[in-house]
Amino acid sequence: MYPDQFRYTKEHEWIAVEGGVGTVGITDHAQKELGDIVYVDLPKPGDLVEKMKVMGSVESVKAVSEIFSPVSGEVVEVNTALADAPEMLNQDPHGAAWLVKIKLRDPDELSDLLSASEYQAYLGE
Amino acid sequence: MVGLSMELAQGSLQRTPLNEIHRSMGAKMTEFGGWEMPVYYSGILDEHQAVRTAVGVFDVSHMGEIEIRGPQALALINYATTNDAGKLAAQQAQYSGMLYEHGGFVDDILVHKVSGEHYFLCVNASNQRKDFEHLRALNGWECQVELVSEGYAQLAIQGPFALRTLQKLTPVNLAAIRYYWFQDGEVCGAPARIARTGYTGEDGFEIYIPPADARRIWTAVLEAGSEFGVKPCGLGARNTLRLEAKMALYGHEIDATITPLEADLAWIVKWGKGDFMGRAALERQRSAGVRRKLVGFEMRGRGIARDGYEVLADGAPAGWVTSGGPAPTLNKNIGLCYLPVELATPGRAIHVLVRNQPVEAVVVPTPFYKRAKS
Repeated sequence: MYPDQFRYTKEHEWIAVEGGVGTVGITDHAQKELGDIVYVDLPKPGDLVEKMKVMGSVESVKAVSEIFSPVSGEVVEVNTALADAPEMLNQDPHGAAWLVKIKLRDPDELSDLLSASEYQAYLGE
Repeated sequence: MVGLSMELAQGSLQRTPLNEIHRSMGAKMTEFGGWEMPVYYSGILDEHQAVRTAVGVFDVSHMGEIEIRGPQALALINYATTNDAGKLAAQQAQYSGMLYEHGGFVDDILVHKVSGEHYFLCVNASNQRKDFEHLRALNGWECQVELVSEGYAQLAIQGPFALRTLQKLTPVNLAAIRYYWFQDGEVCGAPARIARTGYTGEDGFEIYIPPADARRIWTAVLEAGSEFGVKPCGLGARNTLRLEAKMALYGHEIDATITPLEADLAWIVKWGKGDFMGRAALERQRSAGVRRKLVGFEMRGRGIARDGYEVLADGAPAGWVTSGGPAPTLNKNIGLCYLPVELATPGRAIHVLVRNQPVEAVVVPTPFYKRAKS
């Protein structure tokens, strides 16, 4: 369920880093808790984000949730498909429904994120 | 992500007789007005669609029930509420308001006339104790006022196939019950008060049944409705459905600071019936002119209005959103808000402040959704 190559936050985001760029999304647990997702608000390419600061929001029918950036850096790509198809976040949160790609400022920031097993233990699963 | 703090404070919440079955059927549970209730089963959008096109069943056993009995029961009801219960025939129901002396809402309620000496009130879960005390304090007519919520579970069966679903479970001829009328009879052999009322904008029934039979009847409704695509539904869909139909929710559109004249509920205020609690305040407001009014709006820009968001007109603060969110049937983002009366006209451009960003919206006529009459 939770890929081993990802790192996780306690706020239910994931990040997968390759070549200094991290792909960020929300976890399966997050999408399940939110229910039907109907709206996604994301930063733009070129925006600077800070570790564990709000970088956007997702909204379900019922509620708004803020998205925190797992790392600091520059947004280099945004998943534009989500604007018209936010329900993808309910269907494939760890894959096609990634949110943004961030060029990492400091790879050491990854060290205090959770591993897959730590995240699952945190969820109590 | 913040906003996922939906874990439940164990032990502190009240539970309906169906709590266990909701959990075993995989419902997502949430806190509502001191009760642990299902927010959704399959998903709010799916359940919303089921009610609009097929049939859905809701556990609304958290709602409160109050009985008023006595030769002068009508006198108490008509003094304590804004609508005219004197117009009710036996087995007829009525939407009404209970007000404080200053004209603000104690609660919005359904009054059912069982007989000339017996009225049955359905009230909001979180207000039931307050309503009961309020009625007792106004009881100058030696009526017997009883809070009987523990004696009833309540299911709402709603949607175009509600009648055909429920008809399988009762000998009562449901087609003969008109909208906002009720009949006492049996459902699955248990005594039931069957009212053709609802909070979804669809045809349907609300049934008041013994708690001990609730689980059996819930299961039977799901079986009876399976050929029509019945879905168990949670409070999430109940909220999107009632918002599309522009039905008020206490704590949002109405509360102790809001009068029926402001809430676009003047139709439940019957001036011709004599004195009632709050009347003098409403008369003063009517002659001075109502200053703010509840209106519907649609989002034009990208963004979803939520309860409590600020509304701007010409860049200046003008009001607040009482309820907002996606309207699944209309595929739009909608909401209700209070605005000064001079701005409260369809077509008026406004902005809703969404996370400090003003997003374009426009005042529209309500209800947002009205079912085609069959």
